[in-house]
Amino acid sequence: MYIIIVGGGRVGFYLAKGLLEENHEVLIIEQNPAIRESINDELGSICTRGDGCEVATLVEAGTGRADMFVAVTGEDPHNLVACQLAKTKFKVPHTIARIKNPKNEGLFKKLGIDVTICSTNVILEHITEEVPTHPITRLMQIRDRDLEVVEVRVTAGSASIGKTLKDLSLPAGSMLSVIIRKGQKPIVPVPSTVLNEGDQVIAVTPSETEESLRSALRGQ
Amino acid sequence: MKKIVIMGCSRTGGRLASLLDAEGYKVTILDTDAYSFRRLSPDYKGKALVGNGIDQESLKKAGIEEAEVFIAVTQGDNRNIMAAQMAKHIFNVPRVICRIYDPLRQEIYQTLGLETISPTTIFADMLKKQVDG
Repeated sequence: MYIIIVGGGRVGFYLAKGLLEENHEVLIIEQNPAIRESINDELGSICTRGDGCEVATLVEAGTGRADMFVAVTGEDPHNLVACQLAKTKFKVPHTIARIKNPKNEGLFKKLGIDVTICSTNVILEHITEEVPTHPITRLMQIRDRDLEVVEVRVTAGSASIGKTLKDLSLPAGSMLSVIIRKGQKPIVPVPSTVLNEGDQVIAVTPSETEESLRSALRGQ
Repeated sequence: MKKIVIMGCSRTGGRLASLLDAEGYKVTILDTDAYSFRRLSPDYKGKALVGNGIDQESLKKAGIEEAEVFIAVTQGDNRNIMAAQMAKHIFNVPRVICRIYDPLRQEIYQTLGLETISPTTIFADMLKKQVDG
């Protein structure tokens, strides 16, 4: 695949490095000459000079034949405009933008950016997952189907402890896949399975019922 | 009278705000730097708020939800484009005008439905006419 990255900061650099290792064709667009030089020294001549929001630069970069376009500068407006140009002018099928301000996520989606990654939210989510009482962890998102794979922890004091699964009012569409219990092999849940304290329940759920799945499994 | 929110108290923004205010429009001007408000006319009676126009909270404080016109005239093309699209698509402001210096970007966003003006194109045309006599 041909992948264009706008912004050669830390995110752009390590992204390019990873993609090169997977044998993709990668081009970084970066304005700062010092950054450009250090990237070209370390990764080979993959960094070009220019402004990723300027049509001339994008033409020169061969944006028309790019399979993916990723904007990871530290500025939300730059990332938005670069991706919009790639999408509308050059018809790049897949555009990804990094977002700093979580409030901008809705706007970017509305304006047709395919995927947005909000660094602030990602960091917050990972830190809160480390809190032992944190009830739900998103393990994976299946974007095009709007499904999530989540882990729900049955923490001490949950009203669901000792109850069978059929007694819990699980939301329609959610499916429990496996229960991980200390000192045992993973259990494939059936309606008569009884929940224990400390159980980790792995489930597939539509994004909108994530919250009701959490409360059902914790017996609230 | 119509409510107008202007983002960016540049020379253009400050002058425009003063002109519209003198005609009786209810004007609010936003800038990230309070020092830029020196460009407003001494008779300006509208509001001047320190805030970032690409932040939805600042726009709300500036009264974007009741505004009938939003004008983005900061020095940054991309900032203007983002704020203008926010005003149009999130806050449904009936009329949104956006300055874009880069003629190519201006053309593209015009076709995407934004009302855009490129001072570069206009001024170059004027100068050419002047030279042509």
